[in-house]
Amino acid sequence: MAAATVQAPPLREYPVIPILAPDAMAGSKPYPATEKMNEALGFPGKLVDGWQEKAVLKIGELVAKNRGLRVFLDACVHCGACTDKCHYFLGTGDPKNMPVARQDLFRKVYRRYFTLSGKLVPKLVGAEDLTESVLEDWTKYFNQCSECRRCSVYCPYGIDTAEITMAAKEVMDSIGVGQKYTNEIIGKVHKIGNNLGLPGPALKNTLETLEEEVKEETGLDVRFPLDEKGAEVLVVVPSADFFAEPHVFSLVGYAKVFHAAGIRWTLSSHASEAANFGVFIGSQDQMKAIAGRVREASLELGVRRIVVGECGHAWRVAYSFWNTLIGPFDYLDARYPVPQHICELTYDLIQRGAIAFDREKNDAHVVTFHDSCNVARASGMGGIPRGQFIIPRAVIRAAANRFHDMAPETINEHTFCCGGGGGLLTDELLDLRVKGALPRMEALQKVVDEHGVNFMATICAICKAQFAKVLPYYKFDMGMIGGVHQLVSNAIRLGRND
Amino acid sequence: MPVLTILYACLFYAAAAVLAAGLAWKIAEYARAPAPLKIPTTPAPATQAGVVGRMAREVVLFESLFRANKWIWLFGWVFHVALLLVLVRHLRYFTDPVWGVVAIAQPFGIYAGLAMLAGLAGLWARRFLVERIRYISTYSDHLMLALLAAIAATGLAMKYVAHTDIVSVKAFMLGLMAFDWQPLPADPVLLVHLALVALLMAVFPASKLLHAPGVFFSPTRNQADDSRERRHVTA
Repeated sequence: MAAATVQAPPLREYPVIPILAPDAMAGSKPYPATEKMNEALGFPGKLVDGWQEKAVLKIGELVAKNRGLRVFLDACVHCGACTDKCHYFLGTGDPKNMPVARQDLFRKVYRRYFTLSGKLVPKLVGAEDLTESVLEDWTKYFNQCSECRRCSVYCPYGIDTAEITMAAKEVMDSIGVGQKYTNEIIGKVHKIGNNLGLPGPALKNTLETLEEEVKEETGLDVRFPLDEKGAEVLVVVPSADFFAEPHVFSLVGYAKVFHAAGIRWTLSSHASEAANFGVFIGSQDQMKAIAGRVREASLELGVRRIVVGECGHAWRVAYSFWNTLIGPFDYLDARYPVPQHICELTYDLIQRGAIAFDREKNDAHVVTFHDSCNVARASGMGGIPRGQFIIPRAVIRAAANRFHDMAPETINEHTFCCGGGGGLLTDELLDLRVKGALPRMEALQKVVDEHGVNFMATICAICKAQFAKVLPYYKFDMGMIGGVHQLVSNAIRLGRND
Repeated sequence: MPVLTILYACLFYAAAAVLAAGLAWKIAEYARAPAPLKIPTTPAPATQAGVVGRMAREVVLFESLFRANKWIWLFGWVFHVALLLVLVRHLRYFTDPVWGVVAIAQPFGIYAGLAMLAGLAGLWARRFLVERIRYISTYSDHLMLALLAAIAATGLAMKYVAHTDIVSVKAFMLGLMAFDWQPLPADPVLLVHLALVALLMAVFPASKLLHAPGVFFSPTRNQADDSRERRHVTA
């Protein structure tokens, strides 16, 4: 089931587009969700009788209620612009990881059942029945797409493979073919409140321990409040921030920023998760239910602002979808954007001179920044053009002296996915994840060689977890990866408000 | 009235009807389907005016394609611009008196015919020579290129090899539009040219040529980046 071996491709000085290696990744497939996991989300437990018909009906339903999907399925001309843009293709050479070929796994079925040409002359237009082997391909290759949208930047019609992957996952979920990692985690959020299944009391303990540790380090009472009514700001972070390394260092950074700026904030045990895996499986209902916890918590706690921590897809959902799903936010302070990213908040405080740094405290770090795909290509920051690229870098530069960007074709909207996004951050897909990281690793190697970079900052929990795991496969130290607010934490001047 | 004229007249009425009705149907489908969430590919403009600018750059300059691949952009852009000029040149068969701009475009239209063929040749060559594009190409991709190339080639043949009676052709076309049929010259190259054009019109709404209307409805390109400022809701 899981790939037996994990093989990192060699880093090349001049990356070239790989020669096609058909079926190179045909063995890569995630574990299926159990009946219980599927049913907990309202999906059929296992492959339903008459699944072909039901899947086709579902496709019809999806194209009728999603203009984007319909246009994307019709408009592709097979020009090939996207063929060399996917990190999984670049890392594996498997032709089905070319964005257009991945889309075609879905498109050929759509053509067969929903277009005149596909019904009349299927062979001519590449239309195909939804057979068992097609479904098998779906379970493999729609779980080799991290929904990073890099291909959509280059498509002349803006076709977004992520939307097609999400649709395929919706169809699969609707016939009982769920993916274990995502569906299990969504179940945990509904039941306990976060992806890690960390219950309230454990959370409280963790935060108290953090307070003690920071007290030891700084001698100050930097607080990590939980469920404090009347706080001004509700902070929603990816749950990995509570204890995983390096994530937790950024949580300490957020706490220090609030401390230094004298802003009363709180975390919530009800909404103890910024991540929203509903987006990965394309389910608007799931997305809404998960996001709904944040609205409930903000009302319950009576906060005036909502701030989101360092998490890429969470920021996409928050920035782009929250207003639609759980808005309007007319009960919050209109002077601040809703939601606000922690980097926006910190940047704003820096601009106003409300916080300051001893930059030399980060002099041991030669820093580069990895743009996370969902921040780069599916959101914005600061209400300024390209703010999502400018603001995190500005925060880093405020906190550290030594910063070097990676090659321009690998950052900003051109950034490469870490290789673990989209609900693929699971061990049985490790070989895929390692290979998918290749383009980023090659860009990193360059700045390591040229500038001695030894720290790659990022603002995404998945990126952090993924890199911590795959960096060693490329002979890098796993400690190279960290958060932007980890650097903030190292250098921020405290002591004004204690 | 020769049988041929009747046949071609009917052919063009049918092709035009399929094109118009098919496109209207597809466009209505796109327009009716809701866009449930905001999904612009960012960085995206924050205003509607900005979106118009982005779409204009996309449609006129093929901006995204330019960033993706210079060869595909070159061949694709040359083909499309040339096609536009050729279509403008052909307006002289449908207007009487000929519009000023159409008259001006006449000499350019001829070069455009050649450029169009060159662009198509480049795009087609890639379908054979580039392994990745060979892999994704379907029969219909090749046939579409063949159809367009054949239309261009027969058109150029009438200019450079075997002239046809264009005065009669114009009379035929104007007659079609006025429902006052005039005889069509029985020139084989012309008949092939016209039949292929009718075929192209007919397959348009059922083929990948839907990229033409589709791009305007693409939410990653036509949505503004204003999700926090404006609550996006669809019925």
